[in-house]
Amino acid sequence: MTNRKSERLMNLVIALLVSGHYLSKDRIRQVVEGYHDQSDDAFERMFERDKEELREIGIRIEVGSHDKAFDDELGYRIRRDEFELPELVLDPDEAAVVGLAARVWQHARLAAQTSSALLKLKAAGIPVEPDALSLVEPKLAATEPSFEPLWDAVATRTPVRFEYARPGQPRQTRAVEPWGVLSWHGRWYLVGYDRDRTATRMFRLSRVAGEVRPAGPPGSYTVPDGTDLRALAIQLSPAPPEGTATVRVRPGAGWALRRRANAVAAGNDGWDVLEVPYAGRWGMAEDIASFGAAVVVDGPPELREAVVSLLRGVVEQGAA
Amino acid sequence: MTQSARDQVPRMLALVPYLRSREGVPVEQVAKDFGVTTAQLVKDLNVLWFCGLPGAVTGEMIDVDMDALEADGVVHIDNAEFLPRPFRLTVPEALSLIVALRTLRESATQTELPTIESALAKLESTAGDGAAASAAVQVHIERADPQVHDTIREALEKGRRLQLAYLVPARDEQTDRMVDPLRLLTAEGWQYLEAWCYRAEDVRLFRLDRIASAEVLTAAVDTHDQVARRDLSAGLFRPGPDHIEAVIDLDEGARWIAESYPIEGSEERSGGRLRIRMRIADPGWLRRLLLSLGGAARLIAPEAMAGEVQRAAQDALAGYEDAPIGPAAPYDRNNDPS
Repeated sequence: MTNRKSERLMNLVIALLVSGHYLSKDRIRQVVEGYHDQSDDAFERMFERDKEELREIGIRIEVGSHDKAFDDELGYRIRRDEFELPELVLDPDEAAVVGLAARVWQHARLAAQTSSALLKLKAAGIPVEPDALSLVEPKLAATEPSFEPLWDAVATRTPVRFEYARPGQPRQTRAVEPWGVLSWHGRWYLVGYDRDRTATRMFRLSRVAGEVRPAGPPGSYTVPDGTDLRALAIQLSPAPPEGTATVRVRPGAGWALRRRANAVAAGNDGWDVLEVPYAGRWGMAEDIASFGAAVVVDGPPELREAVVSLLRGVVEQGAA
Repeated sequence: MTQSARDQVPRMLALVPYLRSREGVPVEQVAKDFGVTTAQLVKDLNVLWFCGLPGAVTGEMIDVDMDALEADGVVHIDNAEFLPRPFRLTVPEALSLIVALRTLRESATQTELPTIESALAKLESTAGDGAAASAAVQVHIERADPQVHDTIREALEKGRRLQLAYLVPARDEQTDRMVDPLRLLTAEGWQYLEAWCYRAEDVRLFRLDRIASAEVLTAAVDTHDQVARRDLSAGLFRPGPDHIEAVIDLDEGARWIAESYPIEGSEERSGGRLRIRMRIADPGWLRRLLLSLGGAARLIAPEAMAGEVQRAAQDALAGYEDAPIGPAAPYDRNNDPS
């Protein structure tokens, strides 16, 4: 059965592609093997299903008529310029890079889609073989269960509803118009318009609990012009420096701070004195406290207080 | 019979132009390229045999040389001029390919960048709606120091040994190591060098942003064929038998730990605490984490380490003896994006 169906679909595609003009339904029934021995009703149903099947594969069938005098008689065609892969010329280096893309996705469905894209390029005569000895292997994974439904929702502009669990907070139902997804340090985030909060929000996919459900039909919202995911992603990056800390570090210690330091000077007892720019006071205090006795901050005073209070917290907890 | 027409038709539409440009290609090669079994491919060819121009009768259909296929295992195809080019990329295909290439671009050295940029531009111009959809996906990978990155690239290309100064934050140490580079990889948003480390006498991953300096040596790399490359499909962090198990109670302000690091289990406790279990490769890492948390996390096990961390905090406080006495600040860290 599958073979007969594939055969019929292939012949339908070829017929609509080569004719150049619109083919009437009657003509299609005549020339496509598998249609003419059907009853009228069976043919109608079969033809509708086949068109739908081709549409799902991504093949667009145009309905129309060339002849103004007979505009009641509609015909079907596939435009060759829409159907065919456009001319694409890649030099060998570019082709090798494109071939490498096959190895990037660590997600079954997206890896398969990438492979089938590469296969089409190969069929068009582009040698997209990755360099067999390639020494670079970027990997992009997507292990969050909500990744696939949200990826699809973004692609089809389908509003979604999901349970969102921020640490230490009760679960909330969020209704979102997804604008895009972004991967940052190996984690996926969803950016979109939160309908209840009437504002742009970013969600961590790992916090989406349970199923992602549609909250409206596909294509039922528009992404505002000029939405720049890259700009939104900057929210995830470290903030610009707000101050400079003066810290004393023991010889052979505090390496992460040494790397970030603007200046290093010799202090007492072989210790070094560093000037280290930092973004947030508490983040910097955590960094400094983590080194224990090997690093002491001299200023500014509010940073010194923050470090002392963190260390006291650890000591007092032990006493409690 | 799990093959549906929905898989078979797109494959055959690519198969025709593929075969037209590869006269007499071995059938195994075709099956491999298309990711199907040889048996399935032969089925595809048998279907193609019955496809052709509208109204065609036997003899006018696509001609597949079945004799050559059976006798020599090679594929010849004729009479298929009407399908000179493959069907264009669908939106999902273009999207996944473009995002994969952007990932490559994000982890490229300056030398490779122009090639990737031009390949991407060409693909985007042919991808239509797929290219438009790709605006909705961004991938960020931490850029490495270009000098370090280029040096590693050079060593890999020339097959030369590298001298690295490498920072290990867990132990707060920076060590000099001689390594034989094996490959550069990107995983979980960071770039790594996988290399044979002469100091560890084993394969190690070096995160590029932690390499303080890199120098290409004159010595050629040894062969490490017997050495297993890291399988990254299950993630970077693999708990090993020598890892210690830690049990930690997290206050509100430290709950982010449960989702930022791989944990083995968690349970809610009274007082809004979350008890987590995790495997720790390096006790130094845990010690430093606890010192930074201001008491918002309580180490339940290993017990001996809890005392050690307190003493370390006490020692550290000694450096602030002139500090004004005040209450410990309530700890609340909010590094969350939403």
